[in-house]
Amino acid sequence: MKYSPHTDKDKKEMLAAIGASSAESLFEAIPEGLRAGKLDLPEGISELELKKSIHDKADKNYSTNKLISFLGGGAYEHHIPQVVESIISRGEFLTAYTPYQAEASQGTLQAIYEYQSLICELTGMDVANASMYDGASALAEAVLLAVRETGRKRVIFPESLHPEYRQVVRTYMSGYKVEFTEIPHAGGVYDEAVLKKEVDGDTACVIVQNPNFFGCIEHADRIESICHAKGALLIASVNPISLGVLRSPGEYNADIAVGEGQPLGIPLCYGGPYLGFFAVKEKHMRRMPGRVAGVTKDMDGKRGFVLTMQAREQHIRREKATSNICSNEGLMALAACVYLSSVGREGIKETARQNVMKSHYMKEKILKLSGFELFSDAPFFNEFVVRCGKDPEKIIGDLLKHGIMGGLPLGRFYPGMKNCMSICVTETKSKAEMDKFAEVLSKH
Amino acid sequence: MLKVEKLIFEIGSAGRKGYSLPKLDVPDADMKELIPEDLLRKSEAALPEVSELDCVRHFTRLSQLNYSVDTNFYPLGSCTMKYNPKINEKMASLPQFADLHPYQPESSVQGMLELLYETEQMLCKICGMDAFTLQPAAGAHGELTGMLIVRAYHTSKGNPRKKVIIPDSAHGTNPASAALCGYEVVAVKSDRNGRIDLDALKAVVDGETAVMMLTNPSTLGLFEKNVRQIADIVHKAGALLYLDGANMNALVGIARPGDMGFDICHVNLHKSFSTPHGGGGPGSGPVGVTAALSDYLPVPRVKIKRNRFILDAESKKSVGRVRAFYGNTGVIIKAYCYMKSLGGDGLKDATIEAVLNANYLKARLKGHYALAVDDEPCMHEFVLTGKDKKDFGVKTLDIAKRLLDYGFYAPTIYFPLIVEEAIMIEPTETESKDTLDSFVETMIKVANEARSEPGLLTSAPHSTPVRRLDEVLAARELNLRWKRPGA
Repeated sequence: MKYSPHTDKDKKEMLAAIGASSAESLFEAIPEGLRAGKLDLPEGISELELKKSIHDKADKNYSTNKLISFLGGGAYEHHIPQVVESIISRGEFLTAYTPYQAEASQGTLQAIYEYQSLICELTGMDVANASMYDGASALAEAVLLAVRETGRKRVIFPESLHPEYRQVVRTYMSGYKVEFTEIPHAGGVYDEAVLKKEVDGDTACVIVQNPNFFGCIEHADRIESICHAKGALLIASVNPISLGVLRSPGEYNADIAVGEGQPLGIPLCYGGPYLGFFAVKEKHMRRMPGRVAGVTKDMDGKRGFVLTMQAREQHIRREKATSNICSNEGLMALAACVYLSSVGREGIKETARQNVMKSHYMKEKILKLSGFELFSDAPFFNEFVVRCGKDPEKIIGDLLKHGIMGGLPLGRFYPGMKNCMSICVTETKSKAEMDKFAEVLSKH
Repeated sequence: MLKVEKLIFEIGSAGRKGYSLPKLDVPDADMKELIPEDLLRKSEAALPEVSELDCVRHFTRLSQLNYSVDTNFYPLGSCTMKYNPKINEKMASLPQFADLHPYQPESSVQGMLELLYETEQMLCKICGMDAFTLQPAAGAHGELTGMLIVRAYHTSKGNPRKKVIIPDSAHGTNPASAALCGYEVVAVKSDRNGRIDLDALKAVVDGETAVMMLTNPSTLGLFEKNVRQIADIVHKAGALLYLDGANMNALVGIARPGDMGFDICHVNLHKSFSTPHGGGGPGSGPVGVTAALSDYLPVPRVKIKRNRFILDAESKKSVGRVRAFYGNTGVIIKAYCYMKSLGGDGLKDATIEAVLNANYLKARLKGHYALAVDDEPCMHEFVLTGKDKKDFGVKTLDIAKRLLDYGFYAPTIYFPLIVEEAIMIEPTETESKDTLDSFVETMIKVANEARSEPGLLTSAPHSTPVRRLDEVLAARELNLRWKRPGA
């Protein structure tokens, strides 16, 4: 298949207009010695052949579509209303560029503005940007903001922070002289006594993940007091669906709220593309990374939207920019915007409520089984950790044979938790599916 | 055409719903019995209250306010706005890809891992590199990954070094990525044709130089003929050479960065490999390296072990993770489909036709607009300057806005920074001669209008959903979100 439209006649006429003998001659600037030989790739194929070969590959996968999944750990299976896919697959959104020419990009710009507003409403923060790559890189950029703004060197995070997020923060900060302090958990949540001892005048920020990687809900307000008492910034990394019931970062006075926006209408898609959301208190907005859309007027006084606060960005500030980010996750932000509009005020609460009720039903079922006990008594949202009598890696292999996927064995992240696995239940699981899961587990 | 659309918050009605969930089939309880009250939300989020139809109409109308590749020609320089094949969208959305959880057991995702592995292999062949990571989520993310690799490499030799050399014609992401990695940026001047001045380069390269970041072809659309000499100068100082692969659409199938002496390169799947831009992402910015640097690539890496594909997170030298999970796999699937569809010869033909299109536009426009440089054929893009139009009181911005009136998106403007009133044009290979001809006629018409009726340009656009927008007002009176009345 080829997508270029030129006929031989077109090419001839174009070459004549250029005054060149052949299209190949246009590459004369590339020295002979640097020309590649024939590209060692197979011949092109037709659409029909492509479809067959991709289906062959796809059929080697077993998706959550066919299996009953209880996997979470930073990526969550939620119901996605059909409108989300229908809107984001419209060519006018899908194939548009970053809205540099605002007058020809009002659809994208207004949607970004609405997305920013929805994220602010959900998180209780003042200002949000147009999106980051994912939850982990959004957190890393938040740490960067805190270190630059405070001029301090210590970054404090809990052991219960998503292990991959911890790695990403360290990677991003590897060029900076910062010191990381990991606070152990006590019963699944922040050990506040240790935290209190560690936070000092050189602490740039304290990170709280809520709910944390073990699914536990943190006492964010108490962490806030400890953090702000020493003038450090509080960074909250939150699950957006949980905010349908849980206290918002704005309500516990966080300085920066970030998180993985995938639960907001974005398919699991083996880990990406996802959506990092990023929101701040107004006093930090000039240091915020990423694009921002704002309201303005046109020459006739009519409302319109443009990218604004661009003096922070790389194309203006180059090495002095607040971040190197250029492309964000525009289409994924649109998905979140349509999702939040579609489920709306009631839907976000009901979805969150069903997550709580169903996961608690599952917990009760599992606790009745012999050989399983709860890792923590802390309150949770839609995910909890159980200790198993057997090696969880073995259990999940067996579950797979019964068409069930999950939970997530935690030994691969925490060497001390080899007998633990986390189990996630969202609104997508029926009582019958949970009963089946419990029944298969009961044989272990 | 509909000209103004209300905000989603301005439509709907209290109590209106546009969603459905199954009835709760487990015992309901008082929330406070399960989660202590002090952990529960106090004030509700004021999300919209709209019906499904309200929602569909609102966003459909918004979409109609956009220009897009599906509806308009986008001659945006350095952005490679080629056609985004529909079949690739369909393939990436198959449930056996779209519904895969990133923590599924490897045995249940063999098809996915195989596709990722093959994509890496194809990119290695196209770029002449020995290993690739598909993790970075965008070009700038790839640059950051590249700079982290540079730092890790030099650190392993005992000194991370201090400086990154970047031409003054480079994309703004280059210096920003280097700075994010803690490096000091040293700009090196380009000559009048936008090529690296070798003497100027020699003068700044020393034992503290970690890497030079180079875009080839340059942002002026010219191949860097001296690239081997540049590589020698840089390598002699023990430094590395990095390719910003934003302009790979001029090279695929023709020349390979690895053969030119680059140690690291990123490619933009959303440019050269046809994946849609989505109004600003998601992109994907895979990074390739030579064998000597492969151990520094981010983890996890896709590998084969006992005839099975695995994700290997073990590597002592790795820079670590640059994001959670593996990468923008939904984007990678589309690029894979593109490479498979075109095949080796097709990819090369696409490059040739992209360069043909650019040279055709250049040849037809040069009598009407001044060229930034004109010493030879351009590659996939070229740069005009609007400075002679200033005599009529018309700026490049006005030309750009006037093009919108005629149904064309504007070229990239005011970039590269080394060209005054720059107009950077990249047609890509998927535009037909008819479209290019109609663009040329419009550009000529606009040039004539600049002379005869400059007011038409300075007050443009006239036929877009809104007229020229006041950016200064937006920056002065910041309004970055809707607020509920009374809040």
